[in-house]
Amino acid sequence: MNESQQPQEPTEIVESASGEGKGAPPVKKDVVPDVVAPSLAKEALPTAPPVPIKEVVSAIPKAPHGEDAEAQMRRLSRRSFLWAGAAVLGTFGAFRWINTRRTEDGLVWPLRRSLDTSGEVARDLFSEGKLAPEWDAKRAHEPRVNGDIGMDGDLDLASWKLHVSGLASEDLELGLHAIKALPQTEITTELKCIEGWSVIVSWGGARLSDFLKRYPPQTQSGDAASLKKPDDLPGYVGLATPDGAYYVGLDREAALHPQTLLCTHMNGKPLTVEHGAPLRLVVPVKYGVKHIKRIGSLAWSNERPADYWAEQGYDWYGGH
Amino acid sequence: MKRLERKHPLAIRWFHWINFPVLFVMMWSGLLIYWANDVYRVGFGSHTLLHFFPEQFYERFNLSSRLAEGMAWHFTFAWFFALNGLLYVLFVAFSGEWRYLLPTRKSFGEAFQVVLHDLKIRKSPLPRAKFNGAQRFAYTGVVVMGFGSLVTGLAIYKPIQLAIITRILSPSFLGASGYEVARWLHFWLTIGFCGFFLVHVAQVIRAGWNNFRAMITGFEVVRDETEETPHVA
Repeated sequence: MNESQQPQEPTEIVESASGEGKGAPPVKKDVVPDVVAPSLAKEALPTAPPVPIKEVVSAIPKAPHGEDAEAQMRRLSRRSFLWAGAAVLGTFGAFRWINTRRTEDGLVWPLRRSLDTSGEVARDLFSEGKLAPEWDAKRAHEPRVNGDIGMDGDLDLASWKLHVSGLASEDLELGLHAIKALPQTEITTELKCIEGWSVIVSWGGARLSDFLKRYPPQTQSGDAASLKKPDDLPGYVGLATPDGAYYVGLDREAALHPQTLLCTHMNGKPLTVEHGAPLRLVVPVKYGVKHIKRIGSLAWSNERPADYWAEQGYDWYGGH
Repeated sequence: MKRLERKHPLAIRWFHWINFPVLFVMMWSGLLIYWANDVYRVGFGSHTLLHFFPEQFYERFNLSSRLAEGMAWHFTFAWFFALNGLLYVLFVAFSGEWRYLLPTRKSFGEAFQVVLHDLKIRKSPLPRAKFNGAQRFAYTGVVVMGFGSLVTGLAIYKPIQLAIITRILSPSFLGASGYEVARWLHFWLTIGFCGFFLVHVAQVIRAGWNNFRAMITGFEVVRDETEETPHVA
């Protein structure tokens, strides 16, 4: 009890004393804890100082002789309200300062730095072992068609090729059969749009990590690429539509995540044009904006690739 | 005879006043985000009593088409909200202030009396205490709500890395994913904060300047009953 006495005792004393209301009979005073009793007794003496309880005197800045409580309060208030005024001005100043900084990719730089830092921390903490919850395929729905950037014009599916760069070998032009030749997998996960809605969808296709194994990228050391040495793999992969109008960047951890797919099927059927035929990305550990449709090129790199929505003020990382 | 009484510790005053602009930024930026998918309403069946929010509301407060900005502010100030809240809870726990703030068995009846008093049904004055039963419920409740906002916010922010939260929020009978439940709770908790704010501000106005000033200075001017007791005797 001794240690906690200092800050609390005055309040306790006062409460127990004043809590009894006016006209409380003096007998009631016995209820006051023992510690208090001596000071209360002292206070009753004619020679007692105006502020009766010793602890209160020490807790409250000393009143000059004769200063009453209201005057003392005014003095204390002046100091506190100056602080309060400074804090209000400081708060408005801080918001103004943030809001008037130069912008980087559509966002004032303090907030851009904040998002990028949160992204780097999330990258460091990211666990590939954490899988997006999978759902019964019966709960799958068709997602709304949201976004058609990079999808202008008709696509000749017969002549479609995926341009792959950043490989250990020369660049490649792959047909859809190359993706279909990889081990096929189906997952039912929840697609989460940056707007706030979400929908459960079944996706079919090849894991991006299987694609990497089959078409190994250039490593940092120059050795053969291996999933067992992820740090040696390129740090990023960038994907873009054939016309280059829409593009996304992914960090290596998201690219290698076991649920990240080069997707050809949605809800058991081949992708429709508006949902990204013939090939789209499915990356459940990211927002929907990273699920690029109608992929035309895929490039491994060690530089963070450009990202369409990140240039419009959104977070580059966008990870879940 | 009047004298000063210590009321709110310095740390609590700082936590309280830091929380004010931080929570304001969280709610404002939350509205910028919510605008992009404003699906919640009060109603039954297909009949809607109140849609959150009417178009004029977004227009009046310039909340439309600012999703990216909203997310950036929200995900930045969430850290300050969490840190300030965490430090507050730790301070309250270790300083012993929790004794004044947590409801006790007595608080139920007391809170009921406070409501009767505020509705002018009970005429006699309430017993004087640092915080009455209703305040204990309100101030503890709002911290629990803040914790709820933090947890559901984290569930929305990292629904896969923190899938443990979305899984808990995903009982099969709801027919909704934990992510959707988290977003729903996150929204209604915010409406709850608005309710708390309105009642809190109304009560502070009612309680008067001396009470409000105590949240700035830490001290309240009280009539010193102990001085009078000798005369009563």
